[in-house]
Amino acid sequence: MTTTMERPIVGGAPPIKRRRLVYGMKWWVPWLFVAPALLGMVTFLLVPLLGGLLVSFTQWDVISGLDGIRWVGLDNFTTALTDPKFWAAAGRTVIYAGLSVPLTVALGLVIALALNRPIPGRGALRVIFFMPAVVNVIAVGSVWLLLLNPSSGLVNQGLRLLGWSEPPQWIASPDSALAALIIMAIWGGSGYISVIYVAALQEMPQDLYEAARLDGAGAIRQFVTITWPALLPMTMFLTITQLIGRSQTFGLIAYMTSGGPGDSTTVLSYYMYQNGFMYYRFGYAAAMGVLSMLGVLVMTLLLWRYQKGRSLYGDEDGNG
Amino acid sequence: MAMAEMTLSRPAATDASAGFRRRRRKERGRWLLRGVVMWALALLFLAPFLWMLSSSLKRDIDVFALPITWIPEEFQWTNYVKIWTGPHSMVHYFLNSGFVVILRIIGEVILCSLAGYAFGRLRFRGRNPLFLVFLASSIVPGQLLLVPRFMFFRELGLYDSLWALILPALSSVFGIFLLRQHFASAPAELGEAARIDGANEFVIFLRIYVPMAVPIITAFAILVFDSAWNDYETPLVMISSNANYTVPLGLTTFISDSGTISAALSMAGSVSSVIPILVFFLIFQRRFLASMARAGLR
Repeated sequence: MTTTMERPIVGGAPPIKRRRLVYGMKWWVPWLFVAPALLGMVTFLLVPLLGGLLVSFTQWDVISGLDGIRWVGLDNFTTALTDPKFWAAAGRTVIYAGLSVPLTVALGLVIALALNRPIPGRGALRVIFFMPAVVNVIAVGSVWLLLLNPSSGLVNQGLRLLGWSEPPQWIASPDSALAALIIMAIWGGSGYISVIYVAALQEMPQDLYEAARLDGAGAIRQFVTITWPALLPMTMFLTITQLIGRSQTFGLIAYMTSGGPGDSTTVLSYYMYQNGFMYYRFGYAAAMGVLSMLGVLVMTLLLWRYQKGRSLYGDEDGNG
Repeated sequence: MAMAEMTLSRPAATDASAGFRRRRRKERGRWLLRGVVMWALALLFLAPFLWMLSSSLKRDIDVFALPITWIPEEFQWTNYVKIWTGPHSMVHYFLNSGFVVILRIIGEVILCSLAGYAFGRLRFRGRNPLFLVFLASSIVPGQLLLVPRFMFFRELGLYDSLWALILPALSSVFGIFLLRQHFASAPAELGEAARIDGANEFVIFLRIYVPMAVPIITAFAILVFDSAWNDYETPLVMISSNANYTVPLGLTTFISDSGTISAALSMAGSVSSVIPILVFFLIFQRRFLASMARAGLR
């Protein structure tokens, strides 16, 4: 693979020659290359996006066809903003994503730091930690339904063995259902995070550590003064992209708890899915989609701000 | 360092090697401690998989039996026979999923390398604004698209067909971005030389730049395979009849049948659904992890 030195746009060719070559190409040739992807994006993204924006101003159950559509202006938005269930669901999303993501990232970092040092069976460990990331949510959900069974599940049997006589009821109780989902999220996500951290750690300049060791800095001090600051942009990036992703998933919740018991696991994405595909209130669901897009937009802007500070070691992608 | 000191002065050598030995012992202790802690954690990570495998070989009534048994007294291979035979069996779901996976890989690789090549290698009016539109489209949350896509596919008559799982995924912004980055750093001279020889643009792309991009295309294909095989949310919304169920949807049928949960059958199904991707992962482990890392680092 090429090095960064051979960046294309600058190229090595003298300017006159390059000019002739570039403009010698028919203007529509590059568009032929882009056309299929462009067509895909317009058809399956831009059109649905516009459709979604339009539908968010209507009341529509879809089944009755286009005749059943009724313009209601901003009603769906005012309904959402005054709907206590909407706010409760938003609050649960914040708790679910806000707790699971930092914990996942933290555990992923710990695993990566350990795997980056000499350790017995490193290859096997890497595989084991990563395994949950390649499994579909139904297989994950099904086995955790067994594991979390309040009386005979493996988790509570283990906890009783450790002396906790009345362990949580997990997804059988509204008090602990969200906690169970958070634990599952950490189990499922930290291996993936660790893979990315390991890759980042391997790109760290080793001479910094050599110098620190010569100055008598211990492992903790090396981490605080070298590793952590270097990984901070990456950590921000991972945290925000994971927050965006985590706040949008509903498949596992739809399968495992259907938002229950009660409303205890009805996060915003599931509430939206429920309103659209179970209650056929598509206008309302679309309006919530628009509102959640605003949330994602804010997080993305945050991400871009942090991206600016990302180039500490980040400009070396040419060697990928 | 130590070697140099040893040859230089004899008395200092014993000191240095004693320190070296102490250091080594300490290192070795840490190595062992790290190993014990991480392997304990790894067992916690592995336990659900072992339990999945164990339960898949039990009788339904034994899945929740106490005390906990890791190795069933009698292996119930019939669980696997049950889910792999009959009219709506795993065979059927595997074929559907396989169809989606293969068409998504082919389609996404073609569309994204064409577009990625144009954005990274060719120059044309409007290139940068257009690329920005692609990038910006990636922030539109799936949630917002879910409802209108559902309505859109109903109008197109593609609702409840496997095409509804394939078509929207094809122009992947991530893939275009990944391949653009690659093509942008490929050497310009080769293409220019071919151009002077009168090769057309498509031949240059196909004969010169694609062969060089094989590693990155493989990495991308692996990620597409992972996401297509495991996708549950799209089929949940887009597919309604059992005939079109992909593997994750198919797994739910062992649960809802006649209202009773068949834990053993659902575990046998889960194991079956995990095996292809796990085998694939173990074979291509290095490349798989590298692809994931690359996806995250971008």
